Amino acid sequence: MTAPSHPRRRAEAWAGARDSLPMLLGAAPFGLIFGTLAAPSGLSPAAALAMSLFVFAGSSQFIALTLLASGTGLAVILLTTFVVNLRHALYSATLLPHVAGLRQRWRIPLAFWLTDETFAVVQHRYLREDVSPFKHWYYLGSCLSMYGNWFLWTLAGVMLGRSLPRLEHMGLEFAMAATFTGIVVPMLRNRPMLGAALGAAAVALAAHALPYKLGLMLAALTGVVIGVVLEEIHERA
Amino acid sequence: MSGRELALILGMTAVTFLVRYAFFALGERVAFPPVVKRALRYVPAAVLTAIVVPMVLLPDGTHWQLNWHNAWMVGALATGLIAWRFNHLLASIGGGMLVFFVYRWLLG
Repeated sequence: MTAPSHPRRRAEAWAGARDSLPMLLGAAPFGLIFGTLAAPSGLSPAAALAMSLFVFAGSSQFIALTLLASGTGLAVILLTTFVVNLRHALYSATLLPHVAGLRQRWRIPLAFWLTDETFAVVQHRYLREDVSPFKHWYYLGSCLSMYGNWFLWTLAGVMLGRSLPRLEHMGLEFAMAATFTGIVVPMLRNRPMLGAALGAAAVALAAHALPYKLGLMLAALTGVVIGVVLEEIHERA
Repeated sequence: MSGRELALILGMTAVTFLVRYAFFALGERVAFPPVVKRALRYVPAAVLTAIVVPMVLLPDGTHWQLNWHNAWMVGALATGLIAWRFNHLLASIGGGMLVFFVYRWLLG
């Protein structure tokens, strides 16, 4: 194998950032709203920014705001954070075969920056057939762009507060839905995959009112079980 | 920043990171049994569908919008059709967003 050249690493990182662009757009209103809601929920500007820098988990940050505003205790907020973030364990288990050979100094930051959006984009990259040894640079590129974006929109929300343009009514979040859809649809080429997706969709809709992303977790697990069972049946036939 | 806020942020950081890192920490020391490996292949399709379908059919988070006044649904259908037909991610996202924004504009 030839020695790795920097331009290829940089190209992968850049591609990861570029492919995350719709996710950046989609996350913008959420970052902004989080920043705006921090003060009314009783979180200081410094704490709001620190949360986006160190916790870096949109859903749990929003839920923490809601719980803070209602005077919930620390232990309950932390437990809720754990439950809301459980899906990330599923993501890291899925990505593990691709990162297992990397050093800790790679695995630690890549774990810290793992989000729904980066998971979607990065697993799509890992499944492409080319044997680039730098796919983790792509992962890094996606992470860094999402991280910078989240922090900057939080900052904008904290600084501008309610005087902001009504970014949340522009429908930018749709970019996120479009990316998830565009990634998922081409996967549904066989019956087990289709079954997994339909099962997950049905449970997600039925359980959407469950708090703390439990509906999502339940839907994902149902979909996975359906996929495995259908594959089993298919093989026996 | 108050002590209470500091504790909140430290705690949330630790909990979130540990959930994300638990499997990565193991690296090559863990080998999943075949049935788990097989199951994990269905995670992306299952989880991404579970995220996107409620987003699209319940755009406000609570009310069903299973009708043609729902630009989210129309945009996602367009995205899905382009993705299915051409299997080109950027074209699917771009085309879907175009349909979504034009449709929203037409609905007024």
